[in-house]
Amino acid sequence: MALKNKSIPDVATVKEELLKKYPTKVARKRAKQIVINQVAEGDVVPEVQANVRTTPGIITMRGCTYAGCKGVILGPTRDIVNITHGPIGCGFYSWLTRRNQTKAPFDSSENFMPYAFSTDMQDEDIIFGGEKKLAAAIQEAYDTFHPKAIAIFATCPVGLIGDDIHAVARKMKDKLGINIFAFSCEGYKGVSQSAGHHIANNQIFTHVVGEDDTPKLGEYKINMLGEYNIGGDAFELERVLEKCGITLVSTFSGNSTYEHFATAHQADLNAVMCHRSINYVAEMMETKYGIPWIKVNFIGAESSAKSLRKIAQYFGDKKLIDRVEEVIAEEMPAVHAALEEVKPFTEGKTAMLFVGGSRAHHYQDLFTEMGMKTIAAGYEFAHRDDYEGRKVMPSIKVDADSRNIEEIEVEPDATRFAPRKSEADLKRLAEEGFTFKDYEGMMPQMESNTLVIDDLNQYEADKLIELLKPDVFCAGIKEKFSVQKMGVPMKQLHSYDYGGPYAGFKGAVNFYVEIKRLVTSKVWSDLKAPWEENPELSATYVWE
Amino acid sequence: MLLRHTPTEIKERSALNINPAKTCQPIGAMYAGLGIKGCLPHSHGSQGCCAYHRSTLTRHYKEPVSAATSSFTEGASVFGGQANLLQAIENIFSVYEPEVIAVHTTCLSETIGDDLKQIVDKAVKEGKVPAGKEVIFASTPSYVGSHVTGFSNMVKGMVKCLAVSTGKKNGKVNIIPGWVEPADMEEIKRIAGMIGVSFTMFPDTSGVLNGPLTGEYHMFPDAGTPMEDIRSAGDAIGTLALGEWCSGDAARTMDAQCEVPCRVLDMPIGLKATDRFIDALRTVAGTSVPDAVNFERGQLIDVISDYHQYFFGKKVALVGDPDQLIALTEFLLTLDMQPIHVVTGTPGKKFESRIRELCAGKGFDVNVRAAGDMFLLHQWIKNQPVDLIMGNTYCKYIARDEDIPYVRFGFPIMDRVGHQYFPVTGYKGGIRLMEKILGVLLDRAERDAPEEKFELVY
Repeated sequence: MALKNKSIPDVATVKEELLKKYPTKVARKRAKQIVINQVAEGDVVPEVQANVRTTPGIITMRGCTYAGCKGVILGPTRDIVNITHGPIGCGFYSWLTRRNQTKAPFDSSENFMPYAFSTDMQDEDIIFGGEKKLAAAIQEAYDTFHPKAIAIFATCPVGLIGDDIHAVARKMKDKLGINIFAFSCEGYKGVSQSAGHHIANNQIFTHVVGEDDTPKLGEYKINMLGEYNIGGDAFELERVLEKCGITLVSTFSGNSTYEHFATAHQADLNAVMCHRSINYVAEMMETKYGIPWIKVNFIGAESSAKSLRKIAQYFGDKKLIDRVEEVIAEEMPAVHAALEEVKPFTEGKTAMLFVGGSRAHHYQDLFTEMGMKTIAAGYEFAHRDDYEGRKVMPSIKVDADSRNIEEIEVEPDATRFAPRKSEADLKRLAEEGFTFKDYEGMMPQMESNTLVIDDLNQYEADKLIELLKPDVFCAGIKEKFSVQKMGVPMKQLHSYDYGGPYAGFKGAVNFYVEIKRLVTSKVWSDLKAPWEENPELSATYVWE
Repeated sequence: MLLRHTPTEIKERSALNINPAKTCQPIGAMYAGLGIKGCLPHSHGSQGCCAYHRSTLTRHYKEPVSAATSSFTEGASVFGGQANLLQAIENIFSVYEPEVIAVHTTCLSETIGDDLKQIVDKAVKEGKVPAGKEVIFASTPSYVGSHVTGFSNMVKGMVKCLAVSTGKKNGKVNIIPGWVEPADMEEIKRIAGMIGVSFTMFPDTSGVLNGPLTGEYHMFPDAGTPMEDIRSAGDAIGTLALGEWCSGDAARTMDAQCEVPCRVLDMPIGLKATDRFIDALRTVAGTSVPDAVNFERGQLIDVISDYHQYFFGKKVALVGDPDQLIALTEFLLTLDMQPIHVVTGTPGKKFESRIRELCAGKGFDVNVRAAGDMFLLHQWIKNQPVDLIMGNTYCKYIARDEDIPYVRFGFPIMDRVGHQYFPVTGYKGGIRLMEKILGVLLDRAERDAPEEKFELVY
């Protein structure tokens, strides 16, 4: 490829190049979202503009609030009938397209994941309102499936025509005697999927969490928050946690059920994987029930070990601490063997990661383990705290586009609030260097003079690849094929390209092998036909 | 069982759609837009639609699908999206430099009532559209019809915004191929070329959504129908529209607008629909059909006769889009198969009557439903089992549960390769369809055969 012969420009030049083609107003805005990372004393990093409206026409990677709510948070729960209230598209496109795997224990267990339910609004519903049709759809769903719960999701036109989906939900809940609740996740709310996460968190917390006080038995009870079981990630975590003797009360929401959410308030610790999508539930559960939360990361073998140790340290029980060390010791040999195999092929190579609101950070651990450097990274829809760390939260201003996303007031529960740790325990943990609510963000972990870009668009992606020639580019399905057309290996970190799991110890090994496959694949050396590589050899008209 | 909650007993539903056999308008408009050379489709709505439509097309084609969006916020949703679209037009021409932007709408901008014509006029007046470039548009409300309607509306939009009649005929025939694959568009062009017709085909996604990997990425490949050709389509001697649902409106609009007479044919899938297409081409061009075409037709007939015993009497369930299903139903009947369940999600009672007409007197009763869904299809299959299912990728859940041989056909196919490279139209496409059907039927026969009945030769 011609690209390979060019020298690599420095990041300041790259930033300048990225901005050069934009109209002035766009350039001014993008300049704040394209940041040259510098990590100073105390993990202080530059400010990045994030969670602001998308520039029209720019070819963003972003999706909408409905996708963040129905597609991401509620999609993975197998035994709730999720009805999309809207024209057919939204329900169709979110039908089995995220790989949240689920495993119903018995043939008789409920599993609605392979179904798409929609009110399929028609023009008369837009004109006369769709509440009657929604109520009828709920009735039909109930008559056909008798589910334990039904959830309703609003789409763009629902808000505009004024359908009161919450009133319909209440009415049908009273009539049918099962839990029915609704989400006002119209696509135009907020500026991205992120608003949908928040709306989903609020409603799940209000309508489901704490609904079931049947005692959950087991030692070291935790919830795994923000883990959606893409490609079986949660299955791997379930395996590892069970091996350690840790009781998983619920996962929000990979391989989950209604009952998991309903009993989640009985856990003694919330472990947060995807900070962006679920930190709201973590905060609310702490306020209402007294359950502390910690940030964990099970992407990367070292990170998984670290996260298990952190959970063990929290409970502070020698039996658990020892067991966790045993498990790590059992799991690591396979990881080291795999690394030995792949590292000669991956060491010193470069990666770029542009993924939703969490993985662009987490997967850097896996690349580091393989000896690869992340030279540029960014999120579609994360907020400043995901980039710079939660310490900047007090200085984040909510702008006009996100102001209408509801913040709900939560009070300590009159009977069920119970602090999980005594003041003395908390003090001791703090002295040991243990921190709660401690997400440090993506940027402090990245090297200085790397690029951090929020809401990357098609133009910038193409330019970045042209200028910095990464060995692997990570993003989603919309980006995959233009990257590959440029002769660059591309890894989808939303769908995992239909592979996985990548979480935990076995996941790390899967990922190493996959990246080795990508960087050693022979196809990239076959792009030119023989006659294009040697054009000077013209026909000779003779047999040699 | 994957679809373990689908009961055999059928209760009519009036409100709840389960497992749709359609999707919404704008994705069809986006696909059509990609068939114009140098065109960037633009979705005037909130950005989730655009992301979903691009993703679905990309999963189907394994190709980049570029499209921009107005990225509505809550404010724009209340006060109108004019400012967003004006900004988008300016940004798109500055950054991506397309020749033409093809704007479609979503349920959001349609419910608000944004007037695309007025906004585009304003953009032109304010100098946001560079000289020689165009912004074309079509209204594609998601709460009317289906993705097929959206395709049809954008093709009609091409005619409305671009086609002009200079009063002097150019001797060409317009071919509107309908929503078929890039490989089918190629095949339709090849056939028209063989017949010796001078033609303009639009839209044309061949070379756009089945392009090569060369180490360079071009957002606008050197393919698609040039804008100029669509402009001068107004001077054609006639229009052949393939498929009533996909292409009929555009052809009639062309007639009304530019006095170009039209004929609406079925999509050329299978023996008889291809015969009619070729006969129409021959007639309008005043040429005779070359031997090479007769040779291909004879090959198709040959395969039908060679393998007729395996097709004969087999019961088939079909789901998909109306134009494709009408032609496919006719082809299966030609093979003496029995398409006993036929469902499209796209509304239109004409579809039901057309399928009934085709199946009349063939010795079986057909269940047919327009505006139906795949849940109903599955229930029909439980009540009256079939030997074969043909439909898009979502059919594989039914096929696995019921253990029925299954051929991927239609849109979207997100889990196999082939549809973008090999046609199902024309005589060659007919042979390919038979190859696929025979493949799954004989694989099944061989899987199930007791060892003593296992055969070497078929």
